[in-house]
Amino acid sequence: MKLQVSVDDRPAELSFEEASAEWRFDYRPQDGLARSGTASLVRAEPGIYSVLIEGLAYEVRVVAGPDGYYVDIGGRRSVVKVIDPRALSSTGPGQGSQGRQTVTAPMPGKVVRVLIAEGDEVAAGAGLIVVEAMKMQNELKSPKAGRIVQLKAQVGATVKLGELLAVVE
Amino acid sequence: MFRKVLVANRGEIAVRIMRALREMDIRSVAVYSDADRASLHVRMADEAFHLGPAPSSESYLRIDRILEAVRKHGADAIHPGYGFLSENAEFAEACEAEGITFIGPSAATIRQMGSKTAARKMAIAIGAPVVPGTESAVSDPAEARQIARAVGYPVLLKAAAGGGGKGMRRVDSESELEGALRDAASEAERAFANSAVYIEKLVERPRHIEIQVLGDRHGNMVHLGERECSLQRRHQKVMEESPSPLVSARPGMREAMGEAALSIARHAGYYNAGTVEFLVDETGRFYFLEMNTRLQVEHPVTELVTGYDLVQLQIRIAAGEELRLTQKDIAWRGWAIECRIYAEDPHNGFLPSPGMLADVERPTGPGVRLDSGVYAGWEVPMEYDPLLAKLAVWGETREAAIARMKRVLGEYYVSGITTNISFFRQILDDPQFCAGHLHTGFIDEFLRSGAPDPPRSPDYDAMAALVTAVFSKQETQRPVDAGTFSIRSRWLAEGRVRGMR
Repeated sequence: MKLQVSVDDRPAELSFEEASAEWRFDYRPQDGLARSGTASLVRAEPGIYSVLIEGLAYEVRVVAGPDGYYVDIGGRRSVVKVIDPRALSSTGPGQGSQGRQTVTAPMPGKVVRVLIAEGDEVAAGAGLIVVEAMKMQNELKSPKAGRIVQLKAQVGATVKLGELLAVVE
Repeated sequence: MFRKVLVANRGEIAVRIMRALREMDIRSVAVYSDADRASLHVRMADEAFHLGPAPSSESYLRIDRILEAVRKHGADAIHPGYGFLSENAEFAEACEAEGITFIGPSAATIRQMGSKTAARKMAIAIGAPVVPGTESAVSDPAEARQIARAVGYPVLLKAAAGGGGKGMRRVDSESELEGALRDAASEAERAFANSAVYIEKLVERPRHIEIQVLGDRHGNMVHLGERECSLQRRHQKVMEESPSPLVSARPGMREAMGEAALSIARHAGYYNAGTVEFLVDETGRFYFLEMNTRLQVEHPVTELVTGYDLVQLQIRIAAGEELRLTQKDIAWRGWAIECRIYAEDPHNGFLPSPGMLADVERPTGPGVRLDSGVYAGWEVPMEYDPLLAKLAVWGETREAAIARMKRVLGEYYVSGITTNISFFRQILDDPQFCAGHLHTGFIDEFLRSGAPDPPRSPDYDAMAALVTAVFSKQETQRPVDAGTFSIRSRWLAEGRVRGMR
């Protein structure tokens, strides 16, 4: 089986197949050394694998997160994304200063201040909304110069991680 | 001795206090807000009282509600923990008026030491070393110029009512002074409704070292040595140790600092546990900073190297018992380090990370102590401070303690929310940290230098990719899997799987 993956945003190709209770793998990053071999993988507990590669033992934990799989090996965390080629055409964030850009909650919290109104012209980097969680306030800044075409944030409202707060066009 | 003690706090410190109460065979009463009904401290308690809505101002800071809880449950003492009402003189007074014991010093002492300028004046009066500067607030720019010239630049402007770095400004030259004075005063006014600002000489690359004192109501008082708390971020302590690498390398320094702390505490008529904070310069000269009239967050490192249970001693002292300790009885053994585990993301500007704790695996084995207020399946509320737990280790030497902390952090696993666990591993690998070269700007410098990413290993990347591929393949074959990326549903699914075994 062949998969396009990225480990901490470094793209790679992974081929793997099960062979008599072990996994043969071939890992080819776009910008690094390829690695291939055979690994013994045992699912010890939910999300916890005991991995043996060439006599070396590792404990690997994996959990699905909002932006990929979080993998912990020896206390070090990597974010692994499995790239579905069919999804590549969809638009994502970070498309420069063209078009609409959204402002979303970077953490769960409470909206404590809204510094703009719908229709306002804002400069790039201007403070728009202040979200507070755990006694820490975080000012969300405008991703671009433009006009606030949509404003969802309301003072006092509780917001979830990634919730849409405003749209700048 | 008390029969029942109300713990006017939440989180790990409420749990810590209840542990002491249980060991002393005293019943505990928890108080909780709407956000904390399912919190560990409520589960640990013998009795519990609902205070009100989640915001602290409507729950943990409501003196009237807490006293109502005391009456309803018939508690005979209150332990305030740290934060919230612990250094609130009105609260201590209200307890006194109610005829209930406040486990801490007197209201008068809290009030005196609560004002930085008043505490500083007292320290000067008894000849304790303080950072050169003004004894009282300064508002006139001309006067400020004169003082700053006398103590020498750089100087530091500080809010008299302050804390947490608010109303604080560094001034390097006279031209910046007037503007900085205005800024500091208005920031202090906004934060503390008190614009008073005073001037101090800035100690470059200072260490923050504090002395634990313990006194009874019969005039006995001892110190339990120092804690080094120089590792801070945004003026909040992150990692502490005892002893201090600096103090332990200088013969006589602990005794000198201890004596200074005791004379300040004695003069303030102090009883119960308290902490005298000092700023220490690179040459080992120390200056009185302030006194904290409560139990400190980082008290476990002192407990680990001295062997005393500070919370139990606090309770005994409050009950009127005599401290059966003299300074000669206090001995220090080995080295202790504590990491404050916060719900924050070190790779994303330390943004808070409240939410559902999917899984928690606690480190165990030799020399480990975990003071935790959380459990798997619990939702970390967004209303309170992000401290989840304090992880402390003991080792025979500082090197052994560092090695042990690295081992223990590797065994500590939290999923569902992000914690700063990985950040500590980076610090523990830092050569400057290992050499004991600490100062309060250490973490900022460490972060500015682009905290080194551990070298990438193609083996690890390959393994991470392979395990993910196998995991996602196996998971999607599981009938209970909802097929979403939601941690919560995944956790519930795992719970179901475990439950079926």
